[in-house]
Amino acid sequence: MSKPLIGVVLGAVLGAIDGLTAFFTPAVRDQLAGIVFGSTIKGIIAGIAIGFFAKKFHSLPIGILFGVIIGAFLAFLVALMQGGYYLQIILPGTIVGLIVGFATQKYGTSAATANS
Amino acid sequence: MKWLSDDRLNHLRTLVSEPDFSSTKYTFLKELGRGGMGAVYLAEDRELNRLVAIKVLNTPDITDDLRRRMIREAQIIAGLEHPGIVPVHDVGTLPDGRIFYAMKYVRGSRLDEYATQSASVNDRLRKFQAVCDAVAFAHAHGVIHRDLKPQNIMIGSFGEVLVLDWGVAKVVDERGSIRVSPRSSASNQTMDGTVIGTRDYMSPEQARGDVEQIDERSDVYSLGAVLRFLLTDKPTKTAKAICSKAMAHAPESRYASASELSADIARLLDSEPVSAYRENAFEKVSRWVAKNRFLVLLILAYLLMRIILIFTSRP
Repeated sequence: MSKPLIGVVLGAVLGAIDGLTAFFTPAVRDQLAGIVFGSTIKGIIAGIAIGFFAKKFHSLPIGILFGVIIGAFLAFLVALMQGGYYLQIILPGTIVGLIVGFATQKYGTSAATANS
Repeated sequence: MKWLSDDRLNHLRTLVSEPDFSSTKYTFLKELGRGGMGAVYLAEDRELNRLVAIKVLNTPDITDDLRRRMIREAQIIAGLEHPGIVPVHDVGTLPDGRIFYAMKYVRGSRLDEYATQSASVNDRLRKFQAVCDAVAFAHAHGVIHRDLKPQNIMIGSFGEVLVLDWGVAKVVDERGSIRVSPRSSASNQTMDGTVIGTRDYMSPEQARGDVEQIDERSDVYSLGAVLRFLLTDKPTKTAKAICSKAMAHAPESRYASASELSADIARLLDSEPVSAYRENAFEKVSRWVAKNRFLVLLILAYLLMRIILIFTSRP
């Protein structure tokens, strides 16, 4: 599996889980479908960016740092659009970025490796 | 009558047992070791000014025909150019008729000594894998070692692995039939079914002296015994299964080649499933978790943080 694909799959799965946890917040429960969809798209975007970064740069610490920055930035944009829940959105988004950053560096084949 | 002192007697014994290298370019230095089939000496190559290990075979009553065949076999073994196979530099005959091989003198420790030091299991497995690769190379060139054991494997000072003592190796021709073997042919040992090798590391067919049955799977059996020796302290189920498969009584139940055994060791080192052991679902999950411990910890931390957030943000 290529690094961008790992990023997309992991980003989508964790993003969807992230969105589903909104079920436990009664105030936004009626918007659950939209939140899950948005969160999944956010995860996929983060996964693509982190996956392509991992394909270009082979460094675990830098990959994790990039994942954290992308995850936090995208989550911040979502929180900004929501106009609240900063901690509840940014913290999980950052950790999702960290996990995807780690996984794309550690697993998957880059194009150069796959061809060799 | 004058009695000789023990010291003098021992000195005379040593002088008598020393090989006569006068007709060769080697100078005897000291004895390195002795086995049932011959002795190994440290000598200096005067022409190239380097140390060599010389193995002298206990075959003084050799015929000309056998000598030619043994030298031919030695040439074939000398052709095995692999970083894991100790190179044979020279072969010849001593004035008393015994055949000798001059080999690279390897500084380091034998695998049995190495294993008693603080080598980790993974390190031992990596060394073992290197042994398998060297043996697989020899098999690919039609040579079967037949005396693989920890005492015949050296770990060099830089961690390199070298398989020694190809003196009882068997060469198989393209049709798969046995030609001759240097030491055994000299005394017709395999021809009449006499046992060659080391009992604890010997395959059943080798122990029976069943020369027609001996093929690369006999070496696979010996490799399994070496692996068992290396994993004496608490081997895992998977490692035990690899040993059992390699040491199966019937050759057809063993790994078909040393390469297959090496591949299973590589999988074991990479925490991948091995061909010798069928895991249940729980073992599969455990292995995956053990292999991906950090990722699992990250995901668990994420889920824990999620749960904390759910409870702390409730009105």
